[in-house]
Amino acid sequence: MKVLQIVETAYRATTEEQDDTVIWISHAMRGAGAELGVLLAGNAVNYVAGDQDASGLTLGAWRQTQPPVLAQDIAALMHKDVPVYCVKEDLADRGLLECKLLEGIVLMSRAQMPRLFGEYDQVWRW
Amino acid sequence: MATKHTLTFVLMDAPFESARTTTAFRLLHAALDRGYDVNVFAYEGAVALAFAKQAQHPNAVHGRDVAQEDHPLSKNWIAALMAHARTRGADLNWVNCGLCVDERGVGEAIEGARRGSPADCWKMAQQSNAMLVIPTK
Repeated sequence: MKVLQIVETAYRATTEEQDDTVIWISHAMRGAGAELGVLLAGNAVNYVAGDQDASGLTLGAWRQTQPPVLAQDIAALMHKDVPVYCVKEDLADRGLLECKLLEGIVLMSRAQMPRLFGEYDQVWRW
Repeated sequence: MATKHTLTFVLMDAPFESARTTTAFRLLHAALDRGYDVNVFAYEGAVALAFAKQAQHPNAVHGRDVAQEDHPLSKNWIAALMAHARTRGADLNWVNCGLCVDERGVGEAIEGARRGSPADCWKMAQQSNAMLVIPTK
């Protein structure tokens, strides 16, 4: 069975979890043999911006030692043969099309999404 | 009206669910840093922020053991902010909604976080210069 994971809600507790929980579970399920694809939409398209840096959080004397590195997590997912798609219009809306984006991301328009959905047995929208 | 600046925050989000939690903690830190007294009324899922039995775990996906992962725990953030408050001559008064605690079975809170009720929230609001509600969505 092939499943497309749609990640639209971005940065959901990523500082506390030190990752995105949907990207994380995609890694874990891929490790268990799942055949997955990931579609980044809405604010989650920011995950493919290569220059983001979430380090430096301090609360009192507490210092975060392992901040989330979401672009790296996305890249690692692609290295595990999980295709990652990104909605081009959502990137454009946020001025990200001109930014340094992760290599290997497949940009697609909203008009192409129904065809993408048809390539998967199930679509899970997070 | 209090003579010293006092701010009250109402938090609703459970730990490990929303970026609002980190933002809320950064606001608490900033207020304490300025020497403000800060009240927090943890409501609904936010009562788990101070749960003493939170535990770090290894993360196989990250390829890190427990120590390397150094997973953030909101109970430690609260403890750190309480310690920070003392260094700034400020108070961090953390109150958990008692019924919300009972619903979730998270009665074992870290030292300094106490059980209360909406009446405490109302009292804190009355005694504060300002109050900010950060609700769940």
